[in-house]
Amino acid sequence: MNIWVFSQEASGAPTTATLELLTKARTLAASVGGNVTAFVGGDASAIAGSLGEHGAAKVYATGDLGGKLPGAAVSAAMKAVIDGGDTPDLIMFPQTTEGRDIMSRLSVKLDRTVLTNNVDITVDGGAVSVTTPIFGGNVLVSTAFSGAGPFLAAFRPKSFVAESAGGAAAAITAAPVPELGATGAAQVTAVHVEATSGPKLDEAAIVVSGGRGLGEAAKYEMVEALAKLLNGAPGASRAIVDAGWVPYSYQVGQTGKVVKPGVYIACGISGATQHMVGMKGSKNIIAINKDKEAPIFGIADLGIVGDVHKVLPKLIEALQSRG
Amino acid sequence: MANMNVIVCVKQIPDPATPGALGSDNTLKRDGKLILDESDSYGVEMALQLVDAAGGGEVSLVSMAPNGEVSGMRTALAMGAAKGTLVSDPALQGSDALTTAKVLGAAIQKMGGADLIIAATESSDGYTGTVPEQLAEVLGLPSVTFAKKVTIAGGTLEAHRQTEDGYDEVTCALPAVISVTAGVVEPRYPSFKGIMAAKGKPIDTVTAADLGVISVGWAGAGQSIVSVTQAEARAAGEIIEDDGEGFAKIVAYLENLKVI
Ligand SMILES: Cc1cc2nc3c(=O)[nH]c(=O)nc-3n(C[C@H](O)[C@H](O)[C@H](O)COP(=O)(O)OP(=O)(O)OC[C@H]3O[C@@H](n4cnc5c(N)ncnc54)[C@H](O)[C@@H]3O)c2cc1C
Ligand SMILES: Cc1cc2nc3c(=O)[nH]c(=O)nc-3n(C[C@H](O)[C@H](O)[C@H](O)COP(=O)(O)OP(=O)(O)OC[C@H]3O[C@@H](n4cnc5c(N)ncnc54)[C@H](O)[C@@H]3O)c2cc1C
Repeated sequence: MNIWVFSQEASGAPTTATLELLTKARTLAASVGGNVTAFVGGDASAIAGSLGEHGAAKVYATGDLGGKLPGAAVSAAMKAVIDGGDTPDLIMFPQTTEGRDIMSRLSVKLDRTVLTNNVDITVDGGAVSVTTPIFGGNVLVSTAFSGAGPFLAAFRPKSFVAESAGGAAAAITAAPVPELGATGAAQVTAVHVEATSGPKLDEAAIVVSGGRGLGEAAKYEMVEALAKLLNGAPGASRAIVDAGWVPYSYQVGQTGKVVKPGVYIACGISGATQHMVGMKGSKNIIAINKDKEAPIFGIADLGIVGDVHKVLPKLIEALQSRG
Repeated sequence: MANMNVIVCVKQIPDPATPGALGSDNTLKRDGKLILDESDSYGVEMALQLVDAAGGGEVSLVSMAPNGEVSGMRTALAMGAAKGTLVSDPALQGSDALTTAKVLGAAIQKMGGADLIIAATESSDGYTGTVPEQLAEVLGLPSVTFAKKVTIAGGTLEAHRQTEDGYDEVTCALPAVISVTAGVVEPRYPSFKGIMAAKGKPIDTVTAADLGVISVGWAGAGQSIVSVTQAEARAAGEIIEDDGEGFAKIVAYLENLKVI
């Protein structure tokens, strides 16, 4: 089985989600025979080494996209390679903004269904099935692809563990973007990156998240202070992202980041299914909520039924006094 | 541009406040009353504002839903949309996202197209998040997904597009498809006058066959559900009432884990 992995780069290295998928693809290819190819929307020279170490035997790279949005551009480049005779059986995408857009466009070009939001994949003979959590992760649905490939599937970050196999750097083959016509009209004119300090939300060992129970935007400072004291990252529910208290990059959940820290502290968060699906994999969950019926207590290892405005200041003070 | 015509894709979904359930064929039950997906109320509001800013034009709706369902569309009409097209057809039961995009695309063509087509970044019930970009490809149009701030000047769209760690400024010629995130604008509440007026606004109901879309429904989906299982539940933890010393419990818990 030949597998492509749509591979993304951030600050000169493949993203963790990319390496997770390459690792899984390598294991699948090893068990049923076949090879793994990384497909990069951009220049791959800086990351071909790492992609190879994690299992890619070959890299297709479009080269610089010149500000074109990846959805139309990279899907067209993939289609051109397939039309040229190299057809994969399966294409794995990280469930990210770009992964989603490229997969969607490609599904129309190839007239193939897409299976999204997956957390696992199995290959049994010719049958490929993926697993999707629904209803906040309480129910797992296993779905098999039918008909002919390429099968298109997107996986939530942290579904697999990235491991290097020490392979050689992958050879790069150019996969240029063909003429896009009208579909290529969207052009990026400026890039804004929000400054953050401390560990990244989806990599931190401790995450402290705040929700609407904080009452007002200014009280989010308590969450930041606690995160800083624990050398963790601050996160948020979508309610306070939509309200404009914190940027989207703080959001944990179905439409935000997936986090699996050693400790997750939820402050004034009810525990909606869409929030839980992004943090349920945390090793230890602590929740502070004034409503003892709040669903978050259903998955908490330690739950404090109380007012965040009373519990958090005391907790912060206690940790500060420990120095 | 004096006249700006916008089509908004509105999904009508089971009320998210009632717990979801799977039917005997393992697809989401959609037999109760359906409502306008809140995610799409942002698109409707944005469309109304853009048409207002352009000084002319109208907002139309397109929806695919079972049993001739229009209650969610009426909500959007009450907000100020002028008319709508509903695709309703038993043959569409169990459609995948790709089929949904093909159906919506064919309906939009039947409606005569638009300067701008708006969808939400993902629906509240299926949340594949793929329909808007698939729709753009079906229609052969450019797209800007995850749009936050949108303005139109001289036939060109300018948008802030949300990224994993900030946002990009993007320009795009019209016609185009955009998907908008929740919270971009404050959706208006339908006024009493709006609700009354909505009752008389036209909704054109068509079938998949009317649109010439074939290979639809479960049979056309290229996938089959093989099993549905309960995930392993987390063991219940210790829940205590704060008596003023709740913080000390947390400190002790963290100490025990050796993270402090
Ligand atoms: C398609 C879709 C995608 C979504 N994606 C996400 C996502 O990615 N992430 C996400 O988080 N949500 C997401 N949501 C939204 C989700 O459904 C909830 O609306 C949201 O998580 C609620 O946020 P919250 O817990 O902060 O607010 P609420 O649900 O309002 O809860 C506030 C909690 O604070 C408690 N509280 C109030 N005052 C205090 C106090 N003084 N001290 C202690 N506790 C207090 C209350 O008891 C309550 O439990 C999504 C929704 C949809 C439809
Ligand atoms: C839990 C669950 C998981 C699913 N997983 C998959 C999957 O992995 N792959 C797959 O192909 N299908 C899947 N489906 C089926 C899929 O939800 C339906 O095909 C649906 O018709 C379209 O997908 P969506 O709601 O996910 O759209 P999204 O792409 O999330 O919707 C984005 C926006 O597109 C517009 N839109 C979408 N549908 C309509 C509509 N019917 N009428 C008007 N506007 C609309 C709306 O503006 C909507 O907000 C799943 C369904 C469920 C319930």
